[in-house]
Amino acid sequence: MRESLNKGQLILTNLLIYMSQEVERILKGCMESLNTLDRTQAEFWITEDTLINDLERQVDDECVRLIATQQPVAKDLRKIISAMKISTDLERMADLATGIAKVVRRIEGPLCKPLVDIPLMAEKALAMMRQGLEAYSNEDMELAQNLATQDDEVDCLYKKVVRDLLVIMTENPEILDQGMYLTFVGRYLERFADHATNIGENVIYIATAERKDLNK
Amino acid sequence: MNDRLRKYRNTMMMGIFIVATLIALIPLFGVLGYVVINGISALDLDFFMNLPKAMGVSGGGMANAIVGTLIMVLIASLIGMPVGILAAIYLTEYDRTSWLSIAVRFATDVLTGIPSIIVGIVIYTAVVLRMGHFSALAGGLALSIIMIPLIIRSTEEMLKLVSQSIREAGYALGISKRIIILRIILPTAAKGIITGAMLAVARVSGETAPLLFTALGNQYWARSLNEPIAALPVQIYQYATSPYAEWHQLAWAGSLVLILMVVILNLIARFAFRSRSN
Amino acid sequence: MGHSLSVRNLEAWYGSNKTLKGINMEIAPNQVTAIIGPSGCGKSTFVRCINRMHETLPGTKVKGEILLDEESIYDRDPVALRKMVGMVFQKANPFPSMSIYENVVAGLRLNGMKNKQTLHASAEKSLRMAALWDEVKDRLNYSGMSLSGGQQQRLCIARALAVEPSVLLMDEPASALDPIATTHIEELIRQLKENYTILIVTHNMQQAARIADSTAFFLNGELVEHGPTSEIFTNPNDKRTEDYITGRFG
Repeated sequence: MRESLNKGQLILTNLLIYMSQEVERILKGCMESLNTLDRTQAEFWITEDTLINDLERQVDDECVRLIATQQPVAKDLRKIISAMKISTDLERMADLATGIAKVVRRIEGPLCKPLVDIPLMAEKALAMMRQGLEAYSNEDMELAQNLATQDDEVDCLYKKVVRDLLVIMTENPEILDQGMYLTFVGRYLERFADHATNIGENVIYIATAERKDLNK
Repeated sequence: MNDRLRKYRNTMMMGIFIVATLIALIPLFGVLGYVVINGISALDLDFFMNLPKAMGVSGGGMANAIVGTLIMVLIASLIGMPVGILAAIYLTEYDRTSWLSIAVRFATDVLTGIPSIIVGIVIYTAVVLRMGHFSALAGGLALSIIMIPLIIRSTEEMLKLVSQSIREAGYALGISKRIIILRIILPTAAKGIITGAMLAVARVSGETAPLLFTALGNQYWARSLNEPIAALPVQIYQYATSPYAEWHQLAWAGSLVLILMVVILNLIARFAFRSRSN
Repeated sequence: MGHSLSVRNLEAWYGSNKTLKGINMEIAPNQVTAIIGPSGCGKSTFVRCINRMHETLPGTKVKGEILLDEESIYDRDPVALRKMVGMVFQKANPFPSMSIYENVVAGLRLNGMKNKQTLHASAEKSLRMAALWDEVKDRLNYSGMSLSGGQQQRLCIARALAVEPSVLLMDEPASALDPIATTHIEELIRQLKENYTILIVTHNMQQAARIADSTAFFLNGELVEHGPTSEIFTNPNDKRTEDYITGRFG
């Protein structure tokens, strides 16, 4: 029953999963370029963003097509509306990732200290994104709700990163620039995790039709 | 207030309808009852087995008239059914609007309304006078002329009842018109066509007037279709108008038999061809 | 396999009323093409021209050209043409005097096929394709009229398929059915396009949107727009198409 609609929803899920994998690839690349301060690599990852923009448009087009031709209602409709929102979240996440690469353009000289908490934040944020997509494709409420606690962890890490950098910057005013840019990176990753949490909120909306704020 | 008035009027109205219906039943059951009461006493095996006795002699039957009626109805059916059904097929399936079909339809309507005695006179002039004698054939022919318009009309109605979409379904399958008519439309309308034919048979089996001039009647067995032949309605007419009480009795019995024939044909038409749906 | 259809400058009259005013349209093989438009726009007349059923009505006239697989349908015998171009009607119309089985094989049997095994095989195959086999296999000798409305319509589809046409015309095949039966039929149409070129007339544009690969919008006997369904329903070229599909017509 409703083969065309089912097929369309499957296409959407696959597009979103593929999109998230691309976002992951880009964020990992950007983090790598930050670690090595390799500007050529950073420029490459900045251009990769267009790929995500294309994918977002594809998801949108498929959603519009499904709404126009298949008249989805109830959960079918929520799922398609949510797919549109998730694709927007993923696009913003890619923007944040390339924001890190843009920071690499600005940082002068070697890093003041080896990065520890920032890569950890990136890892956690990526795990959240994967979990959000898994929750979406399996319509797993529990997995989605679980994102809230992980988001809190990332928020804590962010606060720690800011605190640590402030300490270094007050002691060492010549790396003020670098410190500020690294705070930006922390901020980007914190925002990245927030968007991952949004994916979870959408999954809850699909399942229950209720809006729940996981990002308190 | 208004409600009560309305209900009262409704009840009044229904009462009038019921009374009218009951009045309509009186002649039906009156005639049936009268014939049964008068005819049943003379109805015995002799009536079906024997020829009429001479005037004034009691006993005897109408065997020759019963057989005569059956023969002439059979002749009429053999002519009337194929002609009527085939003509109706032409009118509905091939040509609904041309001047020919309009003319035929008009003629059938007029013919159904014409008193049957006129058919008898025409056949008398056209057939009996030319052949020089009354005959079963002429009688059957006269009955068939009464039958044909009835059958054309009923068959046409039945064919028209077959939904146009059934014909289109046949065309859409790449079936030729001839096959569509023979294998799809006729089977679909068969029940109704047969019912109509039965009713036409019932109608002509009671005809008297056309037979007076064509079959004439016969006190004995007819030896060929070329001879005058007895028929129930004619026999009833002759016996009922005779001065003999015994013959009056036989006329009543004959009437009863005739009514039974018509009732049986009606029942067959009504029940035997009900749809054989599972 | 389905055949392609090419309609060139098709005009049709019903009495003095010109119902098609020069239609040009290419219909791709193995696709579902939906014809939509308001009542009296000529969409039914259009499909009835394709199997030359329009001409069977008194007072009708057709001009123009329709090519079925590059060959003019007017060069073919209409009875033979209809074996290649099957049709399913708005109202299910099983033959009332026939059983389910007889209905399915009517097209073959009444055209002279006598081999019982072939008929049986064809009946089963067609009923399976019409997704009706499981529901009727134990009562093939029951009257076709004993089925429900949706089943009767699938029986009619099976009957059309048994003749093995390459094009299937459907004139509002689901308009008299409830939503579940409609979904059944739509699902069926989606599957059938693998083997047939399907043309479906529908006054239900949501239905066209759901099942058709391409959609044509007819208005007052003219083809206003024909294109991929997703485009017609998201970004139609013609203002009239947009007004119609958005329900702002007139």
